[in-house]
Amino acid sequence: MKVKVLSRNPDDYVRETKLDIQRVPRNYDPALHPFEVSREYTRALNATKLDRVFAKPFVASLDGHRDGVNCMAKHTNSLSTLLSGSCDGEVKVWNLTKHECVRTLQAHEGFVRGMIVRFCGTSFFTVGDDKTIKQWKMETPGYGEEEEPLNTILGKTVFTGLDHHQKDAVFATCGQQVDIWDEQRSSPIRSFTWGVDSFSSVRFNPVETELLASCASDRSIVLYDMRESAPLKKVIMTMRSNSLCWNPMEAYYFTSSNEDYNLYTYDMRYLNKPIIVHMDHVSAVLDVDYSPTGKEFVSASFDKTVRIFPKDVGHSREVYHTKRMQHVICVKWSADNKYILSGSDEMNIRLWKANAAEKLGVLAPRERQASNYNQKLKEKFHYHPQIRRIAHHRHLPKSIYHQSKELRVMKEARRRKERNVRKHSKPGSVPVVSEKEKHVVTVVK
Amino acid sequence: MAKVSSKKKLSKTKAKKSSEVAGDSAVKKTEVVYDEEEEEDKEDFNENVTSEEEEEDGEDERRRQKLLEAISALGGKRKKTLGERSEAAVQLSEFSVNAEGEGDKINLSDLIGSMDKTPQVSAKTRKQLKTLQQSNRTVESPLSKQETERIQRDVAFQKAASEQLVFPLNQEAPGPKPMERVVTGWKARTPLEEEIFALLSANKQPIHDPILTPQEEVSMKAMSLEEAKIRRAELQKARALQSYYEAKTRRERKIKSKKYHRVQNKAKRKDFVKQFEEMVKSDPAAALEELHKMELARMQERMSLKHQNSGKWAKSKAIMAKYDEGARKAMQQQLEVNKDLTQKLVTAVNDEEEEEEEEDEGGDPEVLPDFVNDAEQGVDSSNPWMRGKLSEDPAEKETSEIVDLTAEEESADVEEEEEEEVKETEEEALLREFDSRRKRRQALIPVISLDDDEEEESKTAAEEEEESKTAVEEKEESKEEEESKVAAVEEEEEEEEEEGETLMRIRTLEDTEELLMQEESAADEAPVPPPAAENPPPASQPAGTNKKRKRGIELKQVLTKATKVIQVPLAHTVEDAEDSDDNQEQRGLIREAFAGDDVVSDFLKEKRKQEAAGKPQVVDLTLPGWGEWGGTGLKLSRRKRKKFRMKAAPPPPRKDVSLPGVIISEKRNRSITLHQVNTLPFPFETHTQFESTIRTPLGRTWNTERTVKKISKPKVVTRMGAIIEPMAREELMKDRNQATVADRNSLKQQTTCKLKDELNGALALKLMSGHEMQTD
Repeated sequence: MKVKVLSRNPDDYVRETKLDIQRVPRNYDPALHPFEVSREYTRALNATKLDRVFAKPFVASLDGHRDGVNCMAKHTNSLSTLLSGSCDGEVKVWNLTKHECVRTLQAHEGFVRGMIVRFCGTSFFTVGDDKTIKQWKMETPGYGEEEEPLNTILGKTVFTGLDHHQKDAVFATCGQQVDIWDEQRSSPIRSFTWGVDSFSSVRFNPVETELLASCASDRSIVLYDMRESAPLKKVIMTMRSNSLCWNPMEAYYFTSSNEDYNLYTYDMRYLNKPIIVHMDHVSAVLDVDYSPTGKEFVSASFDKTVRIFPKDVGHSREVYHTKRMQHVICVKWSADNKYILSGSDEMNIRLWKANAAEKLGVLAPRERQASNYNQKLKEKFHYHPQIRRIAHHRHLPKSIYHQSKELRVMKEARRRKERNVRKHSKPGSVPVVSEKEKHVVTVVK
Repeated sequence: MAKVSSKKKLSKTKAKKSSEVAGDSAVKKTEVVYDEEEEEDKEDFNENVTSEEEEEDGEDERRRQKLLEAISALGGKRKKTLGERSEAAVQLSEFSVNAEGEGDKINLSDLIGSMDKTPQVSAKTRKQLKTLQQSNRTVESPLSKQETERIQRDVAFQKAASEQLVFPLNQEAPGPKPMERVVTGWKARTPLEEEIFALLSANKQPIHDPILTPQEEVSMKAMSLEEAKIRRAELQKARALQSYYEAKTRRERKIKSKKYHRVQNKAKRKDFVKQFEEMVKSDPAAALEELHKMELARMQERMSLKHQNSGKWAKSKAIMAKYDEGARKAMQQQLEVNKDLTQKLVTAVNDEEEEEEEEDEGGDPEVLPDFVNDAEQGVDSSNPWMRGKLSEDPAEKETSEIVDLTAEEESADVEEEEEEEVKETEEEALLREFDSRRKRRQALIPVISLDDDEEEESKTAAEEEEESKTAVEEKEESKEEEESKVAAVEEEEEEEEEEGETLMRIRTLEDTEELLMQEESAADEAPVPPPAAENPPPASQPAGTNKKRKRGIELKQVLTKATKVIQVPLAHTVEDAEDSDDNQEQRGLIREAFAGDDVVSDFLKEKRKQEAAGKPQVVDLTLPGWGEWGGTGLKLSRRKRKKFRMKAAPPPPRKDVSLPGVIISEKRNRSITLHQVNTLPFPFETHTQFESTIRTPLGRTWNTERTVKKISKPKVVTRMGAIIEPMAREELMKDRNQATVADRNSLKQQTTCKLKDELNGALALKLMSGHEMQTD
């Protein structure tokens, strides 16, 4: 009788050393692996659920300020350093890895309105309500040395914002006008005005470094070229913009945070209407900062939340809030694209993860592969209603939840009314105005 | 007047400049022109003053008229003066090119005409130009500059719009770097380092990056371009030839036809023989060498067991050989190969042997004595190898003699003879096989085995004197399974010595044969193989001589060990029967256990039910008594039935129509709809697109490792703890710079001008060109 015995060559499956990869023979015959869609759907569903389970974005809170945090600045060279200025004129330097304040200095009387670190990272500038611009050393003064600014410039008016050039020893301030300063001089080398008395924010373009943009109190956003004597262009909107930020990777785009609860992303070449209107906040948006990859931005709002928007999507993908966080005044995205920092009225700076469910620390290769695969699955199935429901679900404070509901109702009512008006008037007399066009009044050249 | 003209020029340039100013240029122009006129007038006036002062009033009038004319002329269209190129500009605007001599066409022949006179023009270009002249097709005009730039931007943008972005952008390449790049101010400090460097410098070894000694560098440079080209061409050709050759051999190797290969081999052999003969004449030394080689090959073959049917494969074939003709042939072929290789070179040994054999069969005892003598000559009788050679030697001697006689005649007939020989050997093999089989059968049957024992006993008794010798020989034979001289020799001897005994034995064998035949016919005929039927032993054996028969017996004695092989099928059949019995029982049991439920019919019933439920019902709308008599037991009229019974259209065929064992439910499942996408998502245009994206699996269960990696790579990758700087302008311009690096220098001046312009006006434009964004 012939007996058939399984015979296997151990060379085919035994690894030579312990460090080798296990050889796993696979048969990819689709007949052997049926129901691929349903199986992957289940996997995607699980991945989405786990994503929500692991979503713990809050990392740490930095407390120490004795008044609301009014402005923050990222260090240009050091990831672990953060500077913050509060409403009582105090500036603090933080070590983010240790979650502690390493230096405190009384910079101004009254608010610290703006601060920026010089491109080299050796010094930083602050402006305050006391009409001064001060330059400080980044190093803490040695024992016995007094905490004194390197340089102080007395201005004629209050400064409300500050930004430094990317490469040159030039910085810009805004107040009653936008001034361009040389670091070596005590008077501005150039100042721009365009019929308004106050500006709230000024930002240099990170790529085309001679360009600036500022938000003015006459509801306008103005573009300047540092080399020119006159401003370039301005766009007037229905409500005032509080701040703006350039996209660091596609620097012809900038996003402005507006009083009308929205953010507007503009292409600086076509100012006549924004490219995208980002809606979700339920109160004025106070600050905005792009992620260094240019794919997303974070916004801080008076409604006590921080939201993260993809740069080309109209609604936020994430909302951060805590019970104790009050109006968020300033927000920054860390330079390694991993963290978000928010400074709020109740004197705290909070450190958040940029991706709520992301594991911090080093990922093992298999872990990374698994997470990549899960990410793709979530992307693939994100149209499916159950998955979308779970992925989009966020808990919101009651007030915000109700207010957003209310806003939705109001918007719908307005839309209905407009539709009715159009229906009962002469065709063509009430044109359809898109959401993007609604908020722009004019472009002035 | 010179002054005037210079002034005019000045004003003109002024006007030009002013025209460059964008906004209110028109107004300015008028002013300027006015000035010009005035100046002219002034000049006129000066002249006039000297000549005629008294006509001032009239003059004024005239001037006024002139002025008015001039102004009125301004309103109308000015005649455009063609732009004139006065200086050598590096780059020309395509709009300001002067189209002088527009009317007369330029023919290609005008341009080429001078070609014939110049001897430097190569024939190739001449030919090309000629073909160009003949073709009537017009060449498409190149795209305008803007358009080409846009295309370039587009391409660059597509390059930039990669699927995955890795931050930070300007990472340094990983891996070791040359020392001097890492440490700029490094110096040898420790004595060891100093010593090393001293050594290096003393031997002129390179210390820095291009790690080549000066000599090496020189040698690297030594090859000139042409040489290199020639060499490259050579190499290319060689490579091409090699690849052709490889392809050819591969093709030939793939040919499965045995006949082809046989023919091929034969041809090769012939060729070789021819060459060899030629070589013998022309170059005896080489021929000798060749001979040596052949001898070596022969020796190797004789030493190895390679073609002696002793390997695993051969054994398996030997088992199969009973039933399979192919296997038999294969074995034969192997033996043939062996024979070929072990053949002494120049001889026709086989022919000799055959002749001898024939003679033997013919029963001539006179030829034999030589062999006998030879065998006796053998010194080392225990060594089969030695003996084999010895036995062959006399044959060789003979053949050498014969060759001298018959060399010319036989050369053509060699092949035929070979074939004959093959046949011969085949027949013999068959015979042997048959014998062995018979032996085995004898072993099976106890009566016959007794006989066998007797036979053996008798044999041993008879052969006592030369016991050792025969035993060894038998072994050898069993191993080789081939007829050889040795065997023949021994047979002769044996024959001579034990004539009587063999005769007796034959008788007994025949008896057993008969017995066997009877038994077999009674029991089963299956194991009787076809070759046995083809040439049955009684037919061949009586025809053959005693010697043959005897030889067969000897072989068999060895082969009796393999009796088990035949026992297998018998035992197997018995077992099979038992198995089937068991199965039957099992089945019966199962049938008994599940006697009550008929699953199949239940299933069919259910399916029919489902089908019936799926069919549309006939709706009866008839009202009893309406238009007819009412009451019980009345039949509806046909008209009414036709008109008021609604039949719905038949539904589309069920999906399980062709699947008898399957029920496919066609109801919509509510619980599933919750998980299904009910509208087509935005970027997709058709539902098939969407479905196909959903249908393609991503996981490693369905895709190879590499594919999974490729599919699932994230869109954005950041390095931990790395600061991501904003896009640097150099990074942005990189692609563009590479494209235009050639004409950068020439354009420098122009670009600076342009830059200024752009700064004046729309800064955005510059950014746009830097950013490779599509404009809309």
